[in-house]
Amino acid sequence: MHLSETVNTGFYFLAPGLVLVPIIGLLINAIFGKYFSEKAVGTVASLASGAAFVISVLLAYSVSLNHGEVMRWQFLEWIHVGNLSLDWTFRIDSLSATMMLVVSGVGTLIHIYAIGYMHEDVRFKHEEGRFNRFFIYLNLFIAAMMILVSGDSYMMLFVGWEGVGLCSFLLIGFWYEMDTLARPSWANSNAAKKAFITNRVGDFGFLMAGFLMFWHLGSFQFDEVFKAAPAIAEAAPWVIVAMTLFMLVGVAGKSAQIPLYIWLPDAMAGPTPVSALIHAATMVTAGVYLVTRSAPLYNLVPQAQYVVAMVGAGTALFAATIAVGQYDIKKVLAYSTISQLGFMVAAVGMGAYVAGMFHLITHAFFKALLFLSAGSVILGLERGHHAHAHHAAHDEKPKGKKKKEEEHGHGHADHGEVFDPGDMRNMGGLRKTMPVTFWLYMIGTLALAGIFPFAGFWSKDEILLDASLHFKSVYGQLTIAAFFTAFYMGRQIWMVFFGEARSDAAKHAEESPRVMTVPLMVLAVLSVAGGALNLPFEGFHNLTHWLSHTLGEVEGLPLNLGVAGISTALALTAIFVSWLIYGRNPLKAGQPDPLKKPLGFIFTGMENKWFVDEGYGVLILTPFKKLSQFLADVIDWRFWHDFVHETVIAGTYNWLSETLLSHYADQKGIDTFFNSWGTFTQWLSGQARKIQNGFVRSYALSVLLGVVLILGYLILK
Amino acid sequence: MVPVDYYIALSAILFTIGALGVLSRRNPLIIFMSIELMLNAANLAFVAFASIYQTFSGQIFVFFVIAVAAAEVAVGLALIVEIFKTRRNINIDEMNSLKG
Repeated sequence: MHLSETVNTGFYFLAPGLVLVPIIGLLINAIFGKYFSEKAVGTVASLASGAAFVISVLLAYSVSLNHGEVMRWQFLEWIHVGNLSLDWTFRIDSLSATMMLVVSGVGTLIHIYAIGYMHEDVRFKHEEGRFNRFFIYLNLFIAAMMILVSGDSYMMLFVGWEGVGLCSFLLIGFWYEMDTLARPSWANSNAAKKAFITNRVGDFGFLMAGFLMFWHLGSFQFDEVFKAAPAIAEAAPWVIVAMTLFMLVGVAGKSAQIPLYIWLPDAMAGPTPVSALIHAATMVTAGVYLVTRSAPLYNLVPQAQYVVAMVGAGTALFAATIAVGQYDIKKVLAYSTISQLGFMVAAVGMGAYVAGMFHLITHAFFKALLFLSAGSVILGLERGHHAHAHHAAHDEKPKGKKKKEEEHGHGHADHGEVFDPGDMRNMGGLRKTMPVTFWLYMIGTLALAGIFPFAGFWSKDEILLDASLHFKSVYGQLTIAAFFTAFYMGRQIWMVFFGEARSDAAKHAEESPRVMTVPLMVLAVLSVAGGALNLPFEGFHNLTHWLSHTLGEVEGLPLNLGVAGISTALALTAIFVSWLIYGRNPLKAGQPDPLKKPLGFIFTGMENKWFVDEGYGVLILTPFKKLSQFLADVIDWRFWHDFVHETVIAGTYNWLSETLLSHYADQKGIDTFFNSWGTFTQWLSGQARKIQNGFVRSYALSVLLGVVLILGYLILK
Repeated sequence: MVPVDYYIALSAILFTIGALGVLSRRNPLIIFMSIELMLNAANLAFVAFASIYQTFSGQIFVFFVIAVAAAEVAVGLALIVEIFKTRRNINIDEMNSLKG
């Protein structure tokens, strides 16, 4: 706490507000939300998130005011046991301030967007009461994410880590009683459970790292851990290796890396703002933040860094290939997110922390933009679908309108077949019907594909440049992944926005309202200009300089025209190839993907996500289910329940109670004893009763005899 | 003057006759009469002993006994009348409703 004495200018005292303001927001909505209009609910939630953004700005300003000095603002005492003292302390330095800005900034824009999105979504799903709940969860997420990025110890970070995991679970399963097409089903719930359980595997790694840390380094607090780590790394390097690798398991869970990425595509079951906020822009980058935060640990063990880089690069390439074969607009973006997270993880694995963070920021901008635009597309199609269905029904059978309304309640059964507004094969030609969304999507695509001068170009190139200098194999994988990225994004653009409408819904699609498009425009500006944060020119390494306060001095790399040229050329080639395949001859309705024929089984693999889920099913789930079946059926039920409990324990007890105690001791022993007393008393009274024979004269006789006896006694005594 | 022993003997004889009457007869009226006999045998003994010891207490007891006997007969006869009214019978051996 000595730092708090030296640094006392700035707005550090506002730090707890990062968490408390969103909590206040969610409490207001939770308690009074049912009396509020949708607009008021959305405004309260957006204001809470916006206030967190203002605080983040003030904190970042304070950091720069104090020349990047680390500030630790103790808020509450938490655990004090023996040598362990854990407090809820806010750590405000350039790294955490950066994360706060991204989380609250992008988060606020998504809050505003969600007002428009959820307004329609809850109506299409006939669950208008759930509007309020969505914003409560969203604010809760902001609070948890703030705890994560502002924590001063691994345990505080873990609290936030679990908190965002919970929010992710709640929001993936937001439409828990239906599938993505609003048919009654548990598919969305299962997706939520899959995300939660997969993350538990990652959390196991995080916890193991935490245990090792406490056992060998004696603390969870960042500075103390980093101070103690070099000595341990000298004495027992395997400890740090194990710690960092276990941490990587946690990163793989949260940031959707091989082998735990499988939950993220399914997480698209959540409403689109959730996909944008949690599963693209912020929560999934927590793993990248964790590695960056733990940079002093990773720098000690190059072996672990190598593994991290390889995992990241492998994920980047692998997920990019799957994205090529997807038809769902959000699934493509989900695999793209996994792939881009792979870029970031590879970057931080190579020690290029600034490049990783840079890509994290720009990716948050353009992937949020893409997801939200995809949401706009989906809603546009949904609107078109409904408008068209109403129109058609009105023409054909005016009297049947009411019946059709009822059918609506059971999941858009208008055409007999369920209409999927997220399927790109149902789209096409949306450039004309949704021009604003088209241009926004275009900007996001160019940024993601890494076209000069969009944000993605600068950040991706920084990673590629670093890789080309240090890790050739990573560089190779990432470059191919970048090619695929441009290709699948090009494919998406041609399929969604160009050509002819392949469904009536696409033909009648309508543009989204301003409340949705204005936040998108802000994100689009950021996606265009975000690269300015860290231009590879002398004097423009702003982010590098800013983060050097936390990460130590890093040399800002100059632009390498070779690397940048190759990646740009590849991206342009990929877009051109995608135009050749999808743009020149637009897809017709019902036509299979043109790649299907030439690529054959390779495309089938991409289409089916390389059968990873099935592989996990065969390798892990089936044996696991068999094992649990065995444990449940044989060990638990037949052995433990039937034999041990029923036969041995309950049997013995029954014998003891029924036979021994009840039958012999109680009934035969005690009962007989006391019953015989009763019998005796009855016999005795029976005898005595005989005296009372009812003959008055016999009574008189006994009186006489008594008198004679008494007199005889008196006389003879 | 007849000696007092005779009175005592007569009293014992009367009492025995009375006691046997109570034990052997079934008619409550006769039983009552036997009870009177026993009471008067006692009275006779009281008076006899009073004359021997030259006190009045024995004679005063006799007055009490006579009064009690009169009251007892009044109650007893009333009971018998009531029993006869309800049962049309006063056989003492059939009055056994208090039998255990």
